Amino acid sequence: MRTPILSMFIFTGAFFLAASMSASADESQVKLAHDADMPLVMSRCAACHSVDYIQMNAPFMKRAGWEAEVKKMVKVYGAPVADEDAAKIIDYLTRHYGVE
Amino acid sequence: MTTRRTILHSALGGLALAGTGLTSRLAQAALPQGAIDGGALERLPGKQPLIKRSYRPPNYETPLAYFDDAITPNDRFFVRWHLMGIPEVVARDWRLTIGGDAASKPFELTLEQLKSEFEPVEVVAVCQCSGNRRGLSDPHVPGVEWGYGAMGNARWKGARLKDILARAGIGKEAIEVAFDGADRPALDVTPDFIKSIPAWKAMDENTIIAYEMNGVPLPHHNGYPARLIVPGWTATYWMKQVISIQAISKPLTNFWMAGAYRLPKGKFAFADRFTSQENETTTPITEIVVNSVITSHADGARVSRGAPIVLKGLAWDAGAGIRRVEVSRDGGRSWEGTELGSDLGRFSFRTWQYALTPTDTGPLVLMARATNRQGSTQVSELIFNNPGYHNNVIQSVGLTVV
Repeated sequence: MRTPILSMFIFTGAFFLAASMSASADESQVKLAHDADMPLVMSRCAACHSVDYIQMNAPFMKRAGWEAEVKKMVKVYGAPVADEDAAKIIDYLTRHYGVE
Repeated sequence: MTTRRTILHSALGGLALAGTGLTSRLAQAALPQGAIDGGALERLPGKQPLIKRSYRPPNYETPLAYFDDAITPNDRFFVRWHLMGIPEVVARDWRLTIGGDAASKPFELTLEQLKSEFEPVEVVAVCQCSGNRRGLSDPHVPGVEWGYGAMGNARWKGARLKDILARAGIGKEAIEVAFDGADRPALDVTPDFIKSIPAWKAMDENTIIAYEMNGVPLPHHNGYPARLIVPGWTATYWMKQVISIQAISKPLTNFWMAGAYRLPKGKFAFADRFTSQENETTTPITEIVVNSVITSHADGARVSRGAPIVLKGLAWDAGAGIRRVEVSRDGGRSWEGTELGSDLGRFSFRTWQYALTPTDTGPLVLMARATNRQGSTQVSELIFNNPGYHNNVIQSVGLTVV
């Protein structure tokens, strides 16, 4: 789980953050539901935040709710997620952490 | 809107009066299951174990049982960050830049200068996240799913912001004052967390740049080496690790002002307006609403019939001060006064206590309600809003008398 996070640091050039992260509590114990799209979700979402945000916001959102969250991450926070990947992530979140 | 909470609550009130055995847990709006499952007690460096909401950025809340005094100790104080890049600030390298287009004499301060060149002042004030209790929204709304503990009360020591702005030659054209902290987003394209307050609030004598919290330097996670203190206003404005203060003649238009921390106009009665940031439909959140909690007894606690207990808790508001706290033992039909603790100032938590002796076995539901000196009190039903702010629904704690 650390590999994709670290590679995203390199990808974004945010090297200085690696040090501050190691000082915080261990997020590697957060386990997302395992399926074929889980690595994609980890690599995109965990670039900027621990994925316990996903679990914390479950299971009350419908597809439209997760769609709005993913779009906010892309449009407001600038998450580098291609449209086709965003669709897969929304499907994954609805499937495992949604209510429909 | 008839909410699940309303239904269960009225059902509980009736049943409790009838002396049936309904479990008290039903009375409380509940966190999302995922937040309950993930909310274990975990220890950040320098902190007591707090309820973890998220690891990165770190968001941790204070368990209600820790609030056993009006002042919240630093190692129990909640932690809330928006961005994951949180540097460990070294005091000798830290600089505070003061300027902006509405300041004629920009300058820079070291930490020593901040401490020595301005009159030190102290204020006891509640720091409460705008979204405290968001997790209890019904229906649930997305965000950090806080329970009751995204708040704390400390004695802050620092320099008056108005003194700092005066040295910078703040002009009449200043409409807002903007603050940036040392924290940074992971991606350059993510909006940096920068917030502004109205110039009139910046010039309030209670608004300070604090370098001490409860008599010692601020903990790293609460904004070392200095943070903005905006007594009465929600914590979104209390910039941590502040490195820049800008007096500006035009409203700050970034996402954190224009797109977040806003409420629909007309839902809440604000005394403090932030007119330069208002638009046709929304207004920035400003002051804290009057509120209280029961801290001595957790929901579901067992007590013994015939044995005296003392119910204790906290009450606070935006600075009018607490006039009274009342307790109800009958689902909110009747209310009895409580004894208020010492007054540490109008922006502070006020402790209260209420002695009682349970006379019957079975469920005993206790509710607490605070009223401030302006007559504002808490609501019995949530004023729902999408961002999940300003939840001051009267709390119920269900005890079992055995």
